Amino acid sequence: MTTEINSLGFAKAPKDTRVVVAMSGGVDSSVTAALLHEEGYDVIGVTLQLYDYGAAIERKGACCAGQDIYDAKRVAEELGFPHYVLDYEDNFKDSVIDDFVETYLQGQTPIPCVKCNQTVKFRDLLKVAKDLNADCMATGHYIQRVVNEKTGQSELHRAIDPTKDQSYFLFATTQEQLDFLRFPLGGWTKDITREHALRFGLVNADKPDSQDICFVPNGDYASVVKKIRPDAENSGNIVHIDGRVVGQHNGIIHYTIGQRKGLGIGGGVSEDNSPFYVIAINADENKVIVGPKEALACDTVYLDQANWLGNDNRENLKVSVKLRSVMRPVEATLYKESDTSGRLVLDSPQYGIAAGQAAVIYDNNRVLGGGWIKHARNKVLKDAA
Amino acid sequence: MPRIYLDYNATCPIRPEVIEIVRETMTNHGNASSIHADGRQARKIVEDARAAVGGMVGASAKQVIFTSGASESNNTILRGFSDHRVLISAIEHPSVYFCGRNVELIPVHSNGLINLEKLEELLQKSDQPTLVSVMMANNETGVIQPIKEVTKLAKSCNATVHTDAVQAAGRFEVDFKDLDIDFMSLSAHKMGGPQGVGALIMRQGVNPPKFMYGGGQERRQRAGTENVSGIAGFGVAADLAVKDMEDFKALKTLREKMESHMRASSNRVTIYGIDAPRVSNTIACTVKDMDSAVFMMNLDLEGVSISTGAACSSGQIKPSRVLMAMGVPEELAKTGLRISMGWDTKEVEIDRFLEIWTKLIQRLD
Repeated sequence: MTTEINSLGFAKAPKDTRVVVAMSGGVDSSVTAALLHEEGYDVIGVTLQLYDYGAAIERKGACCAGQDIYDAKRVAEELGFPHYVLDYEDNFKDSVIDDFVETYLQGQTPIPCVKCNQTVKFRDLLKVAKDLNADCMATGHYIQRVVNEKTGQSELHRAIDPTKDQSYFLFATTQEQLDFLRFPLGGWTKDITREHALRFGLVNADKPDSQDICFVPNGDYASVVKKIRPDAENSGNIVHIDGRVVGQHNGIIHYTIGQRKGLGIGGGVSEDNSPFYVIAINADENKVIVGPKEALACDTVYLDQANWLGNDNRENLKVSVKLRSVMRPVEATLYKESDTSGRLVLDSPQYGIAAGQAAVIYDNNRVLGGGWIKHARNKVLKDAA
Repeated sequence: MPRIYLDYNATCPIRPEVIEIVRETMTNHGNASSIHADGRQARKIVEDARAAVGGMVGASAKQVIFTSGASESNNTILRGFSDHRVLISAIEHPSVYFCGRNVELIPVHSNGLINLEKLEELLQKSDQPTLVSVMMANNETGVIQPIKEVTKLAKSCNATVHTDAVQAAGRFEVDFKDLDIDFMSLSAHKMGGPQGVGALIMRQGVNPPKFMYGGGQERRQRAGTENVSGIAGFGVAADLAVKDMEDFKALKTLREKMESHMRASSNRVTIYGIDAPRVSNTIACTVKDMDSAVFMMNLDLEGVSISTGAACSSGQIKPSRVLMAMGVPEELAKTGLRISMGWDTKEVEIDRFLEIWTKLIQRLD
């Protein structure tokens, strides 16, 4: 008798398949754990303590564990599988928060969720899963892992639900990590997940989705930056691309490429009364550079720390690309320059491409990896020069 | 396969005799402060237990006040003496360590024993009224402190002395009177009694500071209805601990077997407090470069309960403060593990544990 392949892709019974589930305390990862436990897998829940919750919510004496850790623990206790909390405050500070702060200080706009997936979750926690003799690690991310029947290779694909798709935040997943990972929710819409949460009677079934960066209370990232680097709020000049000083800024950390609102210089400076946008941030000279919308247009994007998935090593590859988490993919040609760097030439220029963000590359639904935006070439500036 | 429980210093399996007396006393009702027959019956249960708990540490019944546990007992003293200068050892339990105000730490030697010369210096530095609080046996290492010496030094400077004897009482002979101390904290659940019951022992004729207000219980020293069945269980557990003390001391043989095996399993293993007197049941060790959380999780999944050096109540792991006070570097102190045995530990369990230990040490190498 041949053993059937189980739903996680192993030729053995679920009870003999150990899966570590990374549980955040939210609905998605809780349902992931509950489903796998229901299927009879040897489920081990792990929740990471990433930062001091008491400090983050600015309330003293909130003890070590936040509500999310408590919720994850309760779900595991109710369903009856082991659950552990790992103290990853140091890892998280080193790999995510420090980088977050440093990126802002360089005048760039970081995406800490990608760094967290890349380091704390898929490097450090994944090692723990292997040390626990697990066969694989599952998360509640909305993304699909598809095994290509021809090549036998695991591929990363967009989630079925485009409103929940988290592929932008997971582009840095390496092939080796992908082989070990499972994403049971990638084929679902959030409605289905919530239905299952209710069916399981999970304590957090009606918990709202998290929107903000987890360690930034109320979206106030500047106060996090200031807490770690009190010198981050150096005021300086706001300069028009034509060289005129048009105002003062209160620290470059408050500005993002493409930003229009809150510049504090009104709209009346240009001749035709058109609004100003942040075109560039010059950290070395502590300058915010503004100009008309046209000046934001870029058609070439340079990437570093790239992660290439897939085996297509053609020099120029027609792809679609996302340059921000919330945008429709646009068409481009990818030139891989090395294992970790590349250049994207966009079919039509895009506005507001910010260094520090990720460029994530797709072939239809398949994620071909991506890279961190080092800089983008600004056509208008170049032509004017 | 039944689980192997090696975390007695966290809490013990409750003795069957204790479960029986708790069940029995719970079927009777009665508030020990009530005057009627039901109340009087409850009162007798409490007073019998008081004599048993006092007897265990060489104190009389009237020196015993029941509390909700040793954390309350420790808080009663440390908070009560907050107007004093307070000297505590650097390895105290959190309920002492994080409780006092005006606290100065008495360092310990690398073997875990308190530095008596430093204590003497500290005592002589000031003539303010002083409280000295030094635990009798450490919860992580099992190292037994020279309380009698501590008292001698303290008394020569007219200081008040408190000892947290949670990990000592019922495990080796403790004589409150001979130690010449003023206060001692005890806990029922570290000797096979129920959780949520403890005691504070006080020097004859001395009243402890008040911590709980609002009722005249425990001779007006501690307000709150007595936990009659819990106290009954504490009394029985104390009697049993005294009766079986030689068995507890004999755990030393198993400990030695474990330690030699663990040392042989890897040159990364270090055991602490070995040249100091130790409680017979406790092993504190580090495994260099091992993620102690992952190691503990693996043992748990294999059916073995031990603890990492010092787990916070939320379950996350910090480097052991006790080992760091003994001079162990932070990175190594993060790899701390504690194994502790007790009245129900059997040699076959130890053999099975050592098999699993060796397997894991090799796999995670």
